[in-house]
Amino acid sequence: MNNVQNKKRANKSLPFFFKDEFKVFFVIIFFSTILLISTFTFDKVPPILNRGIQPATFPKGLLVLIMFLTTIIYYLSFKNPWKKEKKLPKPFFLTILSFILFVIISKTLDFFLAISVLSIFVSYNWGEKRVFYLLLVGIIFPLVVFIFFEMILGLRFPPGIITNLYYY
Amino acid sequence: MMAPLFSSKLLIVLLFGTLFGLILGVLPGLGPTTGGALILPFTMTLDPLSAIVLLTSIYCAGTYGGAITAVLINTPGTPAAAATCLDGYPLAQKGEAGRALGMATVSSTVGGIFSVIVLVFFAPVLAKLAYEFGQPEYFALAIFGLTMLASIGEGSPIKNLIAGAFGILISTIGKDFMTSIDRFTYGINELSVGIGFIPVVVGLFAISEMLTQSTLLDQVFKRVALKAVKLPSLDDYKKTWKTILRSSGIGSFIGVLPAEGGTVASLIGYSEAKRFSKEPEEFGKGSIEGIAGAEAANNAATGGAMVPTLALGIPGSATTAVILTGLIIHGVRPGPDLFREQPDFLYGIFGAMLIANVLFFIFGFFGAKLFARITLVPNKILWPMIFAVSVCGTYSLSQSIIDVWIMLFFGVLGFFMRRFGFSVVPVIIGLILGELVEGTLRQSLVIFDGNWFMFLTRPIALTFFILSLIALAFPLLRSKKEKN
Repeated sequence: MNNVQNKKRANKSLPFFFKDEFKVFFVIIFFSTILLISTFTFDKVPPILNRGIQPATFPKGLLVLIMFLTTIIYYLSFKNPWKKEKKLPKPFFLTILSFILFVIISKTLDFFLAISVLSIFVSYNWGEKRVFYLLLVGIIFPLVVFIFFEMILGLRFPPGIITNLYYY
Repeated sequence: MMAPLFSSKLLIVLLFGTLFGLILGVLPGLGPTTGGALILPFTMTLDPLSAIVLLTSIYCAGTYGGAITAVLINTPGTPAAAATCLDGYPLAQKGEAGRALGMATVSSTVGGIFSVIVLVFFAPVLAKLAYEFGQPEYFALAIFGLTMLASIGEGSPIKNLIAGAFGILISTIGKDFMTSIDRFTYGINELSVGIGFIPVVVGLFAISEMLTQSTLLDQVFKRVALKAVKLPSLDDYKKTWKTILRSSGIGSFIGVLPAEGGTVASLIGYSEAKRFSKEPEEFGKGSIEGIAGAEAANNAATGGAMVPTLALGIPGSATTAVILTGLIIHGVRPGPDLFREQPDFLYGIFGAMLIANVLFFIFGFFGAKLFARITLVPNKILWPMIFAVSVCGTYSLSQSIIDVWIMLFFGVLGFFMRRFGFSVVPVIIGLILGELVEGTLRQSLVIFDGNWFMFLTRPIALTFFILSLIALAFPLLRSKKEKN
């Protein structure tokens, strides 16, 4: 209980733009506004064909609802501040980095290679230093999954420098 | 009822589903929802009944499996087993892990079977009622479902509503189904067909959990040794039979309501067990009634949640949303017509759930020790493997790399949502109900010639709207009462 109160107090002492409540409020309102603006660019159904509401009306209503509810939670947070979350550790950021690497490698080089690189990268950064286990998660297991999907589901993976060796 | 199940293929599917569900339930962070989403692409090789039998058996066994880790390592394998930790682990620390798991196994089985009976009798009645429903009634029902989800789901009701509205918003991406006008596609062709359910589910559950695990690498589990699971003694039965029956009823009822099914059911089952107990002071210190109350309720929610899923096509929980997707992928449209046109199919599902409950009793009783060992697989090995399966599974459904990127995006989003107290379950339910909500609203407005007040002239729709208002007011009243 005391810990929670201390955390709340710690959060209260920060300037408003550093508080989680404001960050969440800002991000939701910012993206909702962009999306709301983009709904005005949707094509309209000509009045003669229009039955019911325009295609943009429903998403507009949802976005306004989201913005309204977000404002309420921000307002309520003045009375009842959120507890301060712990700082994110290094492995979290490395895992996010591995996702970015995955997207780049799968787009430019090879889908299978991207899975292997991510698996080894994540496993290593999470503390696995034994070569056999790194090979297990990075090569043997993805290979088993690849062959399983290919043979059982008849799935054709996107072409790439390694995948092409299998297909051709 | 069991006739369709007397084929070796279906029995093998059931056995595999139960075993796989137990493994998923035991592993903290995974669970029947993620597991169901991951296995969905594989079901394409099966006929519709086998596919749904596989998913439902994973659902039943996965919900029970969470109790094993809750008792032995004080970490719920699934959120629905959170209440089981409160008494299961203290009892295990006293050297009675076998007794705790025995009670969890028996009460889960009784709760599960009770809920299947509720499902068998209640789903056809609800389906019959649904014949009276037109577009406005379905719209009102979907709104009721979403407000219930917000009010009795976990966490802040307003945050749940935002998450639900966000889920519906995702469903509007792509070509408008009435006019074929592009919405939120920004010239990306792949987005014209909309965002698939699987990338979102796998992202929000599996990938966001992977990120969560990356923040918990220094966590050490204190494991309690288990010799063998023991059947409860006569004294334990005498002490708990009323609790088990009460929690089975509570769980089935909560399961029928669209909410986080087992999680909420187990918390209510647990608190009611404490309220009615002659020894409430024992709760939290290793009460056998506490384990029975929580476990009977969370497994009873499985059958309950299948009632609206099958009768109305409205999921009662996140896992039933996956099952509903499975039904739709296999060309089965849930709703009243399903009960009239394909009774064998439905009885196959009912029978499968019944057998799955018996199977997890047997596996749990004899194999809990073995299943508990699965948690010894370190996260640094396990999660990269889950990532590989997630990526291939997501890619396989429409063979689109964009789906994999969408999965990663929702993984990161889901992590931050959970970090700031937004449940991801309403997003899933909102996504699956989105088309129904918008479609029925727009078709109703066509029927009503654009007059919104005409909704109030339909008694069933009006009832659902009033219930929705009550559902929205409920958290306010509850917090006022708590303050007082």
